[in-house]
This record gives sequence, C-alpha cells and structure tokens, in this order.
Amino acid sequence: MRSSRFTLTKSLKTFALAAFCLAIMTGSSLGQGQLRFCLRSEPKTFDPLKVEDDASVAIRYLTGGVLVRMNRQTQVLEPGLALSWKVSKDSRQISFKLRSGISFSDGTAFSAEDVAYTVQQLMDPGLHSATGDAFRSGPGKVETKVVSPTEISITFPAPVAGLDRQFDQVAMMSAHSPKKEMAVLGPFMVADYKPGATVLLKRNPNYWKTDEQGRKLPYLDSIQLDIQPNRDVEMLRFKRSEIDLINFLDSEYYDKLASTSPNLVHDAGPSLDSEQMWFNEVAKAPLPDYKKDWFRSAAFRRAISQAINRADMARVVFRGHAQPAVGPVSPANKFWFNAKLKAEPYSPDAALKALLTQGFHLDNGVLKDSKGNEVVFSIVTNSGNKYRERMATMIQEDLQKIGIKVNVVTLDFPSLIERITQTFDYEAILLGLTNVGLDPNDQMTVWLSSSDTHQWNPSEKTPETPWEAEIDNLMRAQAAAADPEKRKESFDRVQEIAVEQAPFIYLVNRNALSAVSAGVQGASPVILVPQTYWNAERLAVK
Amino acid sequence: MLGRRIARHGATLIATALLGGLLSATLVRLAPGFDTDEAQLDPHLSSESIRALHQTRADQRNVLVFYLHSLGRALHGDLGSSISLKQPVTTLLHDRGPLTLKLVGLGLLLSWAAVMALSLSAAWLRLFAYDALATVVTGTFLCIPAAVLALLSVLWNVPGAIAIALIVFPRDYRYTRNLLEKAYSLPHIVTARAKGLSKLRILFWHVVPVVAPQLLALAGVSVSLALGAAIPVEALCGLAGIGQLAWQAALARDLPLLMNITVLVTLVTLLANSGADVIGHVWRSQQA
Amino acid sequence: MAKPASLSFWRGVACAVLLLVVGVSLAANWLAPAGYAKQYREAAGAPPSHEHWLGTDDIGRDRFARVLYGTRISLLLGPAAALLSTLLAALIGGLAGYLGGGWARGAMAVTDLFLSLPWLFLLITVRAVLPLNVSPLVSVLVTFLMLGLLGWTSAARVLCATAGTLRNTDFVRQARASGIGGARLFWIHVLPNMKPALYAQFWISIPVFILSEANLGILGLGVAEPLPSWGSLLKELEGLVSIGEEPWKFVPLILLVIVVTSFQMLLSKQDEVTA
Repeated sequence: MRSSRFTLTKSLKTFALAAFCLAIMTGSSLGQGQLRFCLRSEPKTFDPLKVEDDASVAIRYLTGGVLVRMNRQTQVLEPGLALSWKVSKDSRQISFKLRSGISFSDGTAFSAEDVAYTVQQLMDPGLHSATGDAFRSGPGKVETKVVSPTEISITFPAPVAGLDRQFDQVAMMSAHSPKKEMAVLGPFMVADYKPGATVLLKRNPNYWKTDEQGRKLPYLDSIQLDIQPNRDVEMLRFKRSEIDLINFLDSEYYDKLASTSPNLVHDAGPSLDSEQMWFNEVAKAPLPDYKKDWFRSAAFRRAISQAINRADMARVVFRGHAQPAVGPVSPANKFWFNAKLKAEPYSPDAALKALLTQGFHLDNGVLKDSKGNEVVFSIVTNSGNKYRERMATMIQEDLQKIGIKVNVVTLDFPSLIERITQTFDYEAILLGLTNVGLDPNDQMTVWLSSSDTHQWNPSEKTPETPWEAEIDNLMRAQAAAADPEKRKESFDRVQEIAVEQAPFIYLVNRNALSAVSAGVQGASPVILVPQTYWNAERLAVK
Repeated sequence: MLGRRIARHGATLIATALLGGLLSATLVRLAPGFDTDEAQLDPHLSSESIRALHQTRADQRNVLVFYLHSLGRALHGDLGSSISLKQPVTTLLHDRGPLTLKLVGLGLLLSWAAVMALSLSAAWLRLFAYDALATVVTGTFLCIPAAVLALLSVLWNVPGAIAIALIVFPRDYRYTRNLLEKAYSLPHIVTARAKGLSKLRILFWHVVPVVAPQLLALAGVSVSLALGAAIPVEALCGLAGIGQLAWQAALARDLPLLMNITVLVTLVTLLANSGADVIGHVWRSQQA
Repeated sequence: MAKPASLSFWRGVACAVLLLVVGVSLAANWLAPAGYAKQYREAAGAPPSHEHWLGTDDIGRDRFARVLYGTRISLLLGPAAALLSTLLAALIGGLAGYLGGGWARGAMAVTDLFLSLPWLFLLITVRAVLPLNVSPLVSVLVTFLMLGLLGWTSAARVLCATAGTLRNTDFVRQARASGIGGARLFWIHVLPNMKPALYAQFWISIPVFILSEANLGILGLGVAEPLPSWGSLLKELEGLVSIGEEPWKFVPLILLVIVVTSFQMLLSKQDEVTA
C-alpha cells in the first residue's frame, strides 16, 4: 500500500513538473541558435535617428521597434508598435493608436510620450539625418499631441508624401531610459561591440511580438555580425559554414555556389537598384565649350545610349543576373514602373546615323564634331567595384565601334564625390543608384533641378531646360497628390521624359542575389532591403 | 658619449614625429576629396544637411591652426575624435594597438627567423643550387601580391602574422644574403679561410660581425615594412588593428585619425631605426 | 661542390630567358592571336582552348594576348623605376653614410619621415593634377616615376649603414691618406663596395613596383583600361575562391618569377660559388 501511494505521489509530482515546463515553454520562445553574417563596413552609430551607412541601417532594422513596418515580402504596410493609424487627407497629420503593455529592452515602459520624444528628436533642426530629412517637406515646427498613453497625433508644417510609410525607418527611442539609444523595442538588442570585428545582438527579452502559436519572438538567441568588407573572404567564410547568409551575393559567386549547392542560392529577380551613367551638364564645369555642347545635347546622349550593348553587359558582367534597364524605375517596382517604356535597343548603326545628322562625321574611323574636334571623353567610376570597371571597359569597346574614344578612369570615392559635387571636373560618371524604397518620393531630390543631388546639373537656380521644369512640376504634383493613380500618372510622365532626354543613361538593373545556408529555417529572400533577414524575428538556426 | 647619442636620437625622434604629423595633415588636407562625405550622394538628405556635413570639417580647413590645436589637446591626453567612426581617437588606438603590435611583432620575428636561417645556411653551405632555390622561393613570394598572401592566410586558416612574415622576409633575405656574400670576399675572410678556420667559425666570428650594422639597419627598416604589410593583412583577415583603421581613415579622409596614426607610425619607425643606429654604433665601437 | 662554370652557364640561361621574354613581348603584334582589347563576349571567362591559349578574362579578352602586351610595359618600366629608386637610395643613403655626423643624422631623419608619411595622398593629388583624358602611356610613365621617386627609403637606410662602415675601413683610410678625397673617394672607392645592397634594392624593387602599379589603379593612376600590365593580370589572383579551379591565371605570376629570378642570376657575383 505504502509503495503504491509513493508511486502515485511521485507520478503526480512528475506530471506537475512537466505541466509547469510546458506552460513555461508555451509562453517562452524557441531558443533557436545564433545567426551569423557579415557587415561590409563598420557601423558608425547605434543612434537610430542618425543612421546613414548600410551597417548602421542593418543594426537599426534588427534592434529598432517601429510604429509601422513595411512587410518586405508583400510590400504592404503592417502594424508594428501601432495597432492602427490614420493619415489626414492633406497628408500633414498622422494619428497612431499604440499597443499597450510594451516595454523597452531595459524594462522602461513604452508610451505615446516616447513617440513624441522620438519625433521631436528626429525633427530637431540640428540633427541633419536622412531619416529626419525625409519628413522635412517644408519650414515650420512639428507638433506632437499626446492624447493618451496609447494615442498620439503628429502634425507636420507641410504635406509629407507617403507619410505613414516613412515611419518604417523611425525606430522609437525612450524618453526616460538611462540607456538612451541602447534601450530598444526591436527583436534584438546590442549586447557587445568589438570595434572593427563584431557586433553581437542578443534576443530582446521584452520584445512584444509573439507568433501564431503564442510563442515569444524572436526564435533566435542571438545574431553575430562580423565586420568584413572583402567579398572574397565573405564567400570563403560562407563556404566554410562560418557564416549563415550573404545578403548581397556577387553574380560570379552565385554561379559558383549554384553549381555545387543550388539550394543555397536565391535569385529574387531584378532588384530596385540600377547602374547608370550621366554626362556633365553643369554650365560652369571646367570643360571645353565644345564638350559641353555635346553633353548638353539630348540627341548626343541618346545616341550614346543606343550604342551601348546592355544585353551584353547583363550577360557578361553580371553573368545573366541582371536585366537591361529601361528607365529610373526598375520593373521590380510593379506599381510605379511605367510598363509602356522599353529598354533602349542596341543599335550602333542607328547611333552613328543620329550623330551624323547632328553634324558629326567620321574621319578615318574617328568620330569628329562639326568643328573638327575628335570625340574623346572619359568615364569616371569608383575604384574597387569590379562590375563598374568592367561595364566601363565594355562601354569603351562599344563606343569605339562608332569612332568614339573613351578613357576609363577609376578614382577613390572621396575624389569622385568631390568632382561630382564641388569641382564638377568630370565628363561622364558611371555609378549606381540604390533604391531602398518603392515610392518615387525617395528620388525627389534627384529629379528636382534645385537640389544638390540633381546629379547631372545640381543646384540650378531655375530649371535650365523646359523638360527639367516639367519634371519639377510633375514631381511636386505627385508629392502633393493623395490619389495613388494621379501620382502614378505624373510619375509615369517623369519616366518618359527621363528616357527621351536621357540625363541618365540607365544601363542595367541587377538581380537581388543572396545565399542562405541550409541550417537557417524560415528564410525567404526578397528584393527589398534587407533581402535575407527581413524576417529575422522568425528565423531559426538548426 | 652613448648617453649623448641617445639623447640626440630622442630629440630627433620627437621633432621628426611632430613634423611627420604636420606633413601628413597637410597631405591629407590638400588631397582631393578631403571635404566630402559619401552621404552627400544620398538623395534623402536635404540641402541644409549637406551644408551641415561640410561644416563638420570647418575646423580642419586651416591645417596649421588645426595641428596646433590638436597638439594642445594631445598634451591633455585628448587626441580628438574620428570623423568617420565617431569615436575618440585615443579609444580607437588603445583598442586596436595591441593587436597590430602582436601581429607585426610576431610577423617580424618569424620573418627574421626565416631570413637568418636561410641566409646563414646559404652563406655557410655556399652551394649554387641551394642559393638558386632560395632565390626562386623568395622571388616567388616577392611576386605574389600582398593581398593574395593575406587571402591565402584566410583560405588556409593560418595566422595573419605568417602572411606578414611572407611579405617581409623576401626583401630582408635578399639584402642579408648579398651582404653576407660581400663579406666573404673581404681580405681578412680570405686569410681566415687560407689559415684553415672552420666554416662555422668564419661565419659567426668574422662574417656576421662585419655586416651586423647593416643588418641592424635592415631590421629597423623591416619594422616599417611590416607596418605597411599590416594594412592589407588586417583589412582582408578581418583583424581590427591599426592597419585596418589606417585604411578606413584614408578612404574617409579622416584627418584627426590619420594624423595621429602617422605620428604613431613615425614614432615606431624612428624608435626602431634609432635603436638600430645606437646598437650599430655601440657594436662598431666595440669592434674598433 | 659546385663548379665556377655553372654560374656562367646559368647567367647565360638567365640572359637568354630575358631576351626571349623581351623578344616575344616586342613581337606581340604578330604572336598574339588577337588585340589585347578585343572582347570575345560570347567566351567571357573561358578556360584555355585552341582559340585562347590561356583562356579569356571576365569580359572576354584573350589572356595570352594581354600577357604578351602587358610584358612590354611591366618589363620596361618596372626595372626603369627600380633603377631610379636604387640610384636615389645610393645618392641619399650612400652620401649620408659617407659624410657621417650631422649629415647622416639629418638624412636618416628625413628618410624615416619619408617612410612614415601617407604617400597615398600625394599620389591622389598627382592624379587630380593630371587631366582625366591623359593618355595611358603618360599615366603609366607618371606612375612608375612616382614609384621610383618614393621607393628609395628602405634601401637608403641600409646603404647609409654600409657607407658608414666603409668610411672607416683600411682601404678607404689608405685612399684618403693618399690624397683622394671628396667625390672621387665616394664614387671610386665607396660606391662600388655598396653593390650588394644596391643590387638587392634593384632586384626587390622590380616585382614590388610592378605589383604596386596595379594597386595604384584604385587612385586612378597606373595602366588605364584597356592596356594590360602584369600587375593588373596578377590582380586576378585575388579571386581566390575559384583560383584553384582556374590555374591558368597563375601564368603571369610564373612569368614574373622567372623574370625576377633571371635578373637575380644576372646580378649574382662570380665568386659566389667558390667553396
């Protein structure tokens, strides 16, 4: 009898212990390993409001809690820390209803006061950050009104296009925490930083999100980010399983990996990025007048565009993992891409014919203008980017076929920037445009003629050509319009003008290539940045 | 006499290091791209922000004034702040210095061990085939780009110090071998050989002492060679040392960081070479 | 035990090798299957074949042709720059050591300063001063000139120590006692005895400058596209992940090693092999 009672008691205790553990597990996360990948440069800051460089953006994405989050896969805005939001008709005001019971990583409670604090910090005129500047559509003060601990409305002095979408980049900061920017609301928090070596992120124990089964997110225990600028070494480390993913995989490495382990590589199709070249159209540039005449002629630019073999570029330089570019918007941007536009066909004969009608002539295989000047110009690109160097060399060969001599010059980036923005001492530049977002407002300063980043002719006092004036009007119109269809109509016309006038000669749209090791569960690479770890909170490592 | 020599070297060291700091600041300031930032091409930045970016370097435009202010701050232990990494230069150098010291120190040790082993054995054996083989081996390493050696060290999982040794040793070997060769043709060596002294005795008692001052000078120079080699090795092997820092600073035209790194490198180079000079002088005095 | 005659034989071989390499590079117009710039885009990154003996590079240019044409530039300008740096080292370091005292101290302080300064920025400035449309030949000449002008420092220190030692040798004292002094003493008695260090400097500088030329490409100097050079061809080795599968990319390295070894054979002394 005694023995039976003892056995029963023991069984009951065991059952209770098991039930207790199960209860904990149901409410707890999975504890699914450490994800490792590389950052290509040193992060410059952990302050989410001052982020500019790619490495800091990556850390902000993983640690920052945002009010709304653009789902990188569906490209739809989803609730984050805000349960719901409402944008006024004039796009000047946005109201958020926040989730309750949320804490920062250090335990400090999150409330509307923190949102107000973050916005005030962001809009501080002394901040000068890309994140803040995205909201600066006009002069004046930003008003924040804390209605309740979970309700806040923010009013801007002028309409902000895509107002709600912009908050995807704004990580909330605590108004009260002594840890300042290190107290976070995202799935991970910075646990350790060895300058020049690694950044270690650990699971945020106070992260608010759970999965559909009620398990706390993130699944991962930690993420180790190794600082490694060299892509060869990054690839070596991936092959040796020292890292779990490569976010931007080079096309030659894609092919090499695909030949041995096709399941590890992902080609998400054309990305939003483009490679392009442009000619110097700045009036005060230190160039001979005859060269300025060439570069400021749309017919000349279009002829050059026609003489460039984009298909070869996509096939040879990018091993087929790129597409000839059509215009300023990649076809991957399904809504905003003007589907009526087609890529410039390669036709050196047509290009030469067009140039001949402009007064150029061939003299012993050398193209000369009407005044007898040999058509020679340089294409400058940044050194260390082997794809651009190869593209420039291919352009050199293509243009040689129509008698144009091109000199390829590679410069270090600061020297290049100085020529583009200050001295204007260049003839043609070959660079790329990284489009982080889908909305054309992200390119506003590129198209506005008065802007510093209107690259072919920055800071024009008044538009120097009728087509630039038209683009100015169209960009402002689409920024002010609330109806997406009206905005698209305006921006479609901008794209048409860009192709007609060719201020940029768009070359290729690279594919979004990545590599993910077999041990990573839940990865689903997409084209929007960050391609592979956009759903880091749901990734696990076996 | 020795004390005066050391004091003279010390004074030269300080003066040269200070001049080095000023000259490097001038070089950086006058080089294209000084007043630029990659962020200027960011289409999200407003004109005001771009203007503010320019202003961050306003105090560096006058090199002499900037340098004098930096010297004043340095006397209080403040080496300024890195523009590109947004951290105090003191912290950066303090965190990264030991790794570079270890890497370069070990690299030099390995390099000189290889140099002495190969050159002394070649001098002792005096076999054409051995010499030819050594020439081919050292010539091969001399022809391999430093970046490739660094990548090989990553590929084969060997310490970065070995990559540095492989970069430095071929240069030092050639000098050493040629100096030893030359010493063998000196009259007193010919006499010693004629008198039947053993090869080993001739080598270590009569040949090496003659070339010691030049070898010491070479040892001093190899320190700066090794420091130069540390840049690609650290950058490619992902080692967070001064070399990697110097490269990042150069690309970003980070004047406060570059200036301080140059002063540090100048001091190390001068210390190594001055040390070699002093020891060489002592050696020559003892030999005389 | 090696015989004295073997060095002469190997020197002859070295001479023949160098002449062969120079001859082949000069005959590149006839020997190369295609121009160094022609892009066979359908065969980009191809392995060796009948049409392309060393395969093609990443944009389809015949590698064999590029090796041939690249030899001209590197083989001509590398040794020229090496000679310049050697002469400068001899003058500055040798003279300083010969004069001794304050001259030596001053010269060596300047040398140490030279060793420490970030010359990268001077080179960036040189590129900025040159026009963007500078001809590839001028660009490469300027590059090697800069390398020669900046590459003397490490040898200068060794030469200073050598000259300092020679200054107090018996034969120099004897020469001085005989009334020989100044420049004559330096040129006739001291400088020839610095040959070991001079030859070492020259020999080391050749591959170092050839490789440095390629690295200077990041500053816009060096050989501009589409001109090839050994340095730019050797940069292909940096794609180490796949280099094991593409051993033909080592050919420029092998060629450089052969040339460098041949130079060393030519510079070796006759009495080196006496036991």
